[in-house]
Amino acid sequence: MYNETTHDGHATHDDHDHHGPARGLMRWVTTTNHKDIGTLYLWLSFTMLLYGGSMAMVIRLELFQPGLQWVEPQFFNQMTTMHGLVMVFGAIMPAFVGLANWLIPIMIGAPDMALPRMNNWSFWILPFAFAILASTTLMESGAPAFGWTFYAPLSTTYAPDSTDFFIFAVHLMGISSVMGAINVIATILNMRAPGMTLMKMPLFVWTWLITAYLLIAVMPVLAGAVTMMLTDRHFGTSFFDAAGGGDPVMFQHVFWFFGHPEVYIMILPAFGVISAIIPTFARKPLFGYSSMVYATASIAILSFMVWAHHMFTTGMPVAGELYFMYATILISVPTGVKVFNWVTTMWKGSMTFETPMLWAIGFIVMFTIGGLSGLMLGVAPVDTQYHDTYFVVAHFHYVLVTGALYSIIAAFYYWVPKWTGHMYDEKLGKIHFWWSTIAVNVLFFPQHFLGLAGMPRRIPDYSLQFAEFNMISSIGGFAFGLAQVFFLYIVIKTIKGGPKASDRVWEGATGLEFEQLPSPPPYHSFTVAPVIK
Amino acid sequence: MFACRCTERRFPEQDAAVYSRELRMRLSKLTRRFSLVVTALVAMLSMPVAQAAYQLNMTEGVSPISKELYSLHMIVFWICVVIGALVFGAMAWSIIHHRKSKGAVAANFHESTKVEIIWTVVPLLILIGIAIPATGTLLDLEDAKTNADITLQVTGIQWKWKYTFVDEDVSFISSLAQSSRDVIKDPTGNEHYLLEVDKPLVLPVGKKIRFLFHSNDVIHAWWVPALGVKQDSIPGFINDSWALIEEPGIYRGQCAELCGKDHGFMPIVVNAVSEPEYKEWLAGMQAEAAAAAASASEEWSMQDLVARGETVYQANCSACHGPTGAGIPGAFPAMTGSAIVNGDAAAHIDILVNGRAGTAMAAFKNQLNDIDIAAVITFERNRLGNSVGDTVQPSAIKNAR
Repeated sequence: MYNETTHDGHATHDDHDHHGPARGLMRWVTTTNHKDIGTLYLWLSFTMLLYGGSMAMVIRLELFQPGLQWVEPQFFNQMTTMHGLVMVFGAIMPAFVGLANWLIPIMIGAPDMALPRMNNWSFWILPFAFAILASTTLMESGAPAFGWTFYAPLSTTYAPDSTDFFIFAVHLMGISSVMGAINVIATILNMRAPGMTLMKMPLFVWTWLITAYLLIAVMPVLAGAVTMMLTDRHFGTSFFDAAGGGDPVMFQHVFWFFGHPEVYIMILPAFGVISAIIPTFARKPLFGYSSMVYATASIAILSFMVWAHHMFTTGMPVAGELYFMYATILISVPTGVKVFNWVTTMWKGSMTFETPMLWAIGFIVMFTIGGLSGLMLGVAPVDTQYHDTYFVVAHFHYVLVTGALYSIIAAFYYWVPKWTGHMYDEKLGKIHFWWSTIAVNVLFFPQHFLGLAGMPRRIPDYSLQFAEFNMISSIGGFAFGLAQVFFLYIVIKTIKGGPKASDRVWEGATGLEFEQLPSPPPYHSFTVAPVIK
Repeated sequence: MFACRCTERRFPEQDAAVYSRELRMRLSKLTRRFSLVVTALVAMLSMPVAQAAYQLNMTEGVSPISKELYSLHMIVFWICVVIGALVFGAMAWSIIHHRKSKGAVAANFHESTKVEIIWTVVPLLILIGIAIPATGTLLDLEDAKTNADITLQVTGIQWKWKYTFVDEDVSFISSLAQSSRDVIKDPTGNEHYLLEVDKPLVLPVGKKIRFLFHSNDVIHAWWVPALGVKQDSIPGFINDSWALIEEPGIYRGQCAELCGKDHGFMPIVVNAVSEPEYKEWLAGMQAEAAAAAASASEEWSMQDLVARGETVYQANCSACHGPTGAGIPGAFPAMTGSAIVNGDAAAHIDILVNGRAGTAMAAFKNQLNDIDIAAVITFERNRLGNSVGDTVQPSAIKNAR
């Protein structure tokens, strides 16, 4: 059925030439298949989502009411630190790498990723990295407790002994990310089917290509930062120690030179996912394809020039503050272009609202809310009042939870019928969406108010004036957490069975994976390259 | 409720007039009950209003900068609201009207350079509109040096603030009030829980105050929303900021930068008073310091030292070494049975006065006076499960400095 446009006979021949997957556990350990590795990444991501989420539950439990009822302040700080690290490096980033593995080859007509053995290695580093990171919780000194941004000297001179394990784990994650990125770039640049020019690539492929360059550029900077921490801690250097002639603020510059592109690493592939889903359910081609590509590239380039907007209260020279303010608010222009393009794609479409579309629309609305609060944060003088408050916490959870995570969930519902050949349960998917969306707004919207009213972030306890909104936020948090356990049930149910999905899956779906491959695709797909007209 | 149900059962047997009268009575009863419930709810919700609960927005504050920040915040906020309303409005319109179930047929347009240019240029103009007032405010915010009347040095210390009036020779440490520490398991009804200190910072109204921030250990951030001041205090750096308080009052704030275990427990209280009151307070502080210096040369009794030492210990040491001296295993050493505490007094004095480099143990010579250091050492050696039996006199601390 698939691949009818290619040479006669070859397509049906494939199934005999190639073995299916090996059986048992060793299939997953030794696999070099992009689909298997994509699945592994996605399961790792889900595991980490639940692990990081359980720490969020501890945080919201302690903040449910004023006073210290459940955990000690030091343990609370360990929870916020580990929650951030696990969600950023364990849940969001691997999920996008998983999607890249599954989708990039079948979107560009390639038989697999360009470097399959490295692909295996880059995945299998991660479980060890997170095992090392998680083990710190069990150590006598407790886990790292200096926030996911690990500012020196709190993370050097004043850090617990377990910090060295954290440093090693971050190194491993960085190595994995860089290998993954190299693989994505090598695949996209070398393995496109004939006729698949760059400007014909689906936007998901484009956004990942740009993301991969960001990863290669900034993960080594992160590695440098943690290495300097390590030598400060053990080998007598003073990179970040003022007493030895070093500079604690330089740590923040180095960290955010990694950290700001990092937030775009977590959102650019999301833009790609949304740009695939909206046209399908609007039954109308994406508006402004080339402007989307240029906007993505502009965001990526600008992301290297704005890092110090995280540091407006560190006492930068006023010229520096002005520059970083102007550059930062400038990012809202290409980001705005993206939102306008999506809305215009919907405009005069013929829309239906299956589960993936609901999550995609949820993404656009709530990511825009996060983007607008981001614009407010970019205005340097008022940022001095928003900085390090719950307003910031609300902002980045709107862009990372209702932004990045929503796009990942949307992608799951959109492509899972293709991956497994089973339709998910539409009713359960819609319940999952509405449950999550109500809960997540109850969870994060009041945090805007808390921040404006003066509640600092990363505190285990607060004065009584913040009690009401914290309780509301916690209730939303528990409901949102439970919704994702419900999601786990939906995922397992869909993998185990369900109505047969058609090859096209969605009426309006376009792209090689829907037009030229069956659902599910064979273990080795596109062993003969399709021809793109 | 049960009474109601009984009447209900009787209804069918009674005539219409009785029925309607009964109904009216029941309704009015219900209304009364409902209004009672509502009143109770309103009362419950409005009780904490005394503490500004459900505060939705930023405070306008009491300094020129905080007011400028507030109006800039409102400008940007309303611009965001308008942009949001336009984008979400267009989306909502499209979602309602352009759906397949309503028979909408998809158009096929997918490109327009003209439109793309418009929605690149218009946002750019809006941004310029934001950037102009923002630049002005930022320049005002950074103008700490010119015409300052008072220079105040603020030092962040895990987990308290040290204030030094540079020209007045007044210096003191302000930490979380014992009244907050006592109710940490259940702070219900404690009005300024976690926002109360033992010694508030007193500042005069109507004077331009220049703050100089630095830190003894990790990075902290001094934040008082009503003054519009939030600035990091960083080891090895001196940052500045300024405020001119326009109205007398008590203004509260907190550390805003994660600084370790008790980051959430280092509040700031600024008591803004008239200038004469401020002068009076300064004189009182100077007299207190002079009295302390005088009594530092006296011989103190064990009892007095231990009593004073307990207060000093709970305010300065208990965060790490524990209220009972148990420490935190793996992070902070215990006082109970400690080799230093139970060993030679000279080593004990040395670690308090000079700290221990490369660890969280600070040098307290910059934070506490001779009496307080002597008192806390004596307390540690004779309480918290230790019984060395000796006293350490303030004069010994003076010699060790």
